[in-house]
Amino acid sequence: MGERIDVRYVAKLARIELTDDEVVRFGAQLGALLEHVNALGELDVASVPATAQVVESRNVARDDEPRPSLDREIVLDEAPHRQGAFVRVPKILVE
Amino acid sequence: MSAYEAVVGIECHVELKTRTKMFCGCTNAFGAEPNTQVCPVCLALPGALPVPNRVAIAQTLRAGVAFGADIPAFSKFDRKNYFYPDMPKNYQISQYDMPLVVGGEVRYWLEDGTTGSCPLERIHLEEDTGKSTHAGSGDGRIAGSAYSLVDFNRAGVPLMECVSAPALHGAAEAVAFLASLRRTLLELGVSDVKMEEGSLRCDANVSVRLVGTSQLGTKAEIKNMNSFRSVHRAIESEIDRQIALLEKGERVIQETRGWDEIHGVTHPMRSKEEAHDYRYFPDPDLVPLEISASDVERMRAELPELPWQRFERYTGRYDLGAKQATQLIDNPSLARYFDRVVELSRNPQQSTNFVLGELSRLANDTGTPVADSSIAPEALCELIALVEGKTINSKIAKELVERMWAGEGSPRAIVEREGLAQTSDPAAVDKIVEDVLARNADVVADYRNGKTSVAGYLVGQVMKASRGKADPQLVAELVKKRLGAS
Amino acid sequence: MSELVERGAAEIARDVNAKRVSAREIADAALARADAVDERVGAYLRVLYDIARETATRVDERVARGEKLPLAGVPFAVKDNMCLNGTRTTCASRILERWTAPYTATAVQRMLDAGCVPIGKSNLDEFAMGSSCENSALGVTRNPYDLGRVPGGSSGGSAAAVAAREAAIGMGSDTGGSIREPAAFCNLVGLKPTYGRVSRYGLIAFASSLDQIGPLARSVEDAALAYDAMAGHDPMDSTSIASEVEPTATALRNDLRGLRIGIVREFPLDPLGAEMKSAYEQAYRDLEALGASLVEVCLPTAEYGLATYYLIAPAECSANLARFDGVRYGSNVDAGDVGTMYERTRAAGFGPEVKRRILIGTYALSSGYYDAYYVRAQKARTLVARDFAKAFTSCDLIASPATSCPPFALGAKSDPYSMYLMDYYTIPMSLAGVPALSVPCGWAREGGRTLPLGLQLVAPHFAEALLLGAAHAYEGATKHAGTYAPSLVAASGVES
Ligand SMILES: [Mg+2]
Ligand SMILES: [Zn+2]
Repeated sequence: MGERIDVRYVAKLARIELTDDEVVRFGAQLGALLEHVNALGELDVASVPATAQVVESRNVARDDEPRPSLDREIVLDEAPHRQGAFVRVPKILVE
Repeated sequence: MSAYEAVVGIECHVELKTRTKMFCGCTNAFGAEPNTQVCPVCLALPGALPVPNRVAIAQTLRAGVAFGADIPAFSKFDRKNYFYPDMPKNYQISQYDMPLVVGGEVRYWLEDGTTGSCPLERIHLEEDTGKSTHAGSGDGRIAGSAYSLVDFNRAGVPLMECVSAPALHGAAEAVAFLASLRRTLLELGVSDVKMEEGSLRCDANVSVRLVGTSQLGTKAEIKNMNSFRSVHRAIESEIDRQIALLEKGERVIQETRGWDEIHGVTHPMRSKEEAHDYRYFPDPDLVPLEISASDVERMRAELPELPWQRFERYTGRYDLGAKQATQLIDNPSLARYFDRVVELSRNPQQSTNFVLGELSRLANDTGTPVADSSIAPEALCELIALVEGKTINSKIAKELVERMWAGEGSPRAIVEREGLAQTSDPAAVDKIVEDVLARNADVVADYRNGKTSVAGYLVGQVMKASRGKADPQLVAELVKKRLGAS
Repeated sequence: MSELVERGAAEIARDVNAKRVSAREIADAALARADAVDERVGAYLRVLYDIARETATRVDERVARGEKLPLAGVPFAVKDNMCLNGTRTTCASRILERWTAPYTATAVQRMLDAGCVPIGKSNLDEFAMGSSCENSALGVTRNPYDLGRVPGGSSGGSAAAVAAREAAIGMGSDTGGSIREPAAFCNLVGLKPTYGRVSRYGLIAFASSLDQIGPLARSVEDAALAYDAMAGHDPMDSTSIASEVEPTATALRNDLRGLRIGIVREFPLDPLGAEMKSAYEQAYRDLEALGASLVEVCLPTAEYGLATYYLIAPAECSANLARFDGVRYGSNVDAGDVGTMYERTRAAGFGPEVKRRILIGTYALSSGYYDAYYVRAQKARTLVARDFAKAFTSCDLIASPATSCPPFALGAKSDPYSMYLMDYYTIPMSLAGVPALSVPCGWAREGGRTLPLGLQLVAPHFAEALLLGAAHAYEGATKHAGTYAPSLVAASGVES
């Protein structure tokens, strides 16, 4: 703990474009938050199991029964760009 | 002999054959109109939540049990985070550190009948992505395309990912592994496993090393293989490429390579995410799975005979060739038919002769599968019994098969009605022989002048005179006897 | 102002079922009230005139057919992170500003089935991330008790709507305090049910393992009626609890005899200042006077709640909000390639608080930090949950302040961390998944204003009946809610 955040790298993973100003500002704010969060280092959790969820349900599943799908027009009307029956996206760069 | 050996591991994705998708009630069917099998859940509309498909989980477990794997008591779903336009949530619900299935093996056989086994590392359950069509590049490839069109019908289809250990040595074993995996999943009815429809997709991790060393070489991951044949070619080509590099004193670099079907080579392919930081974490929208030992036991007890077990039975107990056994295994309805015939007739050899011989030929010619033909296994057994009891000879048997196929019914009834039973009475047959020899005095003379090869012709004439009913062995004996006597 | 808008849910339902007043009259009164005051309050992002009238008419038809509806004709505010088929559902974000939901959230549907009439979609902190409603990208909501102050958040719009009599019930969602804090700030009863008790299907996720829908109301009885309507198993939500819901509206009590109420040792009152301290001391004495015995309980890990929460919630949100990418719906900024399109769409579509949380969550999950941050936080969560389990072996309920200060002035908290501290008292309960509510408990004077305070009551998992029952006894004995109505209630209009 205690590292400085590489905000640009994190923003790239999160797919959010940041201005240089934002990089500085978010970097400082997130750094400050991490200072507080580092208090968790005081807890002895070596033998404590992790809790992903507080509910104790298990094996929740549904039967393999079809349900109605949405009307295609309703779906495609919401798409910023559509072409015919498809959603259109700009070129996918193979990086 | 090459100083290098290849080590191959296979990762494959298998779309499960369920009625609905993995986490929603949209229909799971291939080939629907684009974007018609979508709902808030599989489109990742705001607020929608996943609920797992019970059948998909059961099918994955069943596959695991069939491969002799361990089914851990506890399993969970995780989110695998990366952005891609045909993946609606921009994370894939998958399984990271607690897959449904751990270990197991795929037992396979090669064309020559030798068998082998490749350990599995794991099988986990995840969801498929949608399908992007790349436009503007002319060849439909992503590189150089101007834009892409997305169809989300496939998004959320249950996908089983099977990962083998790097334990296959070469292209032939890799293809045999895949073929056996495919046959097993077909037998279990959990997938259509069609490479051409994308319900089976596989990648191969290929490395080479000096024979006698045990450390793995640097691997390349090969993608874009669209048939078993291309898997075979791609792996061979990649092995050759790597050996050539090493022989030149160069290094193999770890990378993803695409198979180019047209040029028959692999080429470097960059990944779709520049940073491979998938940030897996347990999906908080889903609760863990607990699988009891008794459920696993029940699944084990309910397993059908598996293809490799069938292969061993056919080639072992029934003494079939590898090719015949494979032919049967790859035609499940024919195999079921065959098994029934063997069960009734207790004569694997005759069953093989008829089922893979005449019946398969007729099935081929008419387009009607044997199992759907008008020859029930019981009727075929009746015929086999007639042959076994020497009531009819093989020529009549062949004729009968055709007539039974045409729907004439019980072979015994035909034989009785038309008096087709084999004539085995030596006196009766000898009378025919005598007549035929008399009618063919010139041929008999040839024989006696040393042209013994004409005996066969005379036997044929006798058979013809008997309308095929005479016991051919007896005919041969009697012809010889009469010719011998001068 | 029509007297009709002063009525609570219980009274409205009684009268509509008895056909003494029509749902349509109630709806028209609520809509008129919104027309009269919402320009100043800003509770609603959109008032649903047509839908409200149509729904009310259908309720009247159902009543005419003899149906008895538990919430017949009750006007309610729907937080704009819950889907209502055919309406804009924005999460108060630019990125969803023009998105129309093609389906209805289960909890909202249950309210409709119970006879409720939606008056409008209410404002919130963008994607429910905030404690003041100031993070909304689409509007400013003011506290009806002082229009210069925040209503709390993130369910600030629903709270303000109910406090300003623009609805009788508000639907809120609570991830770390987003129902309880605005309830306290707007002098309302706000319940965060046990995690899993109310379906999250159709609630636009912030942090899936913490989000929980609940009611805001002007009385405990109304909150109980609304909770009874919205709670229950939903097969569309895997985390929804399958067990029967114990009805609460029939379990309201008038005393606390036989109950042990835990006062948390780690939540001393001194730091709250003299005025709040005396208010909470009085509240604890009132609980005692109703027959409860007060016991000290320990929540030793509670002080780590905030740190735990600010790793877990952002981590989950970083994935939950990945779907807003400009491909299938929502706003979009064109670019030459899809990666740049994502980055610009999300840069333009999300406000700074949302970006901060996505970034922190992405970081906490990223390679090399996952164990140190995310896993450690999950383990700390286990400790917090154990604290509650242990505490509830020695008490039946826990009482504490709901907030660390009264409603503050708009713009007063510019530093993100000082805003995060607002949820100090409410976060541990969210981490443990236990039900908790805020009930009005008196007033603090600040800058010449009389500002509401909330008492938080907490119960073990699934003990909503006990929780609301106890709150009802406290409310009946103290009547804080009724002693001072917001200035807007006066026909003369607006203060300051
Ligand atoms: Mg995979
Ligand atoms: Zn779907």
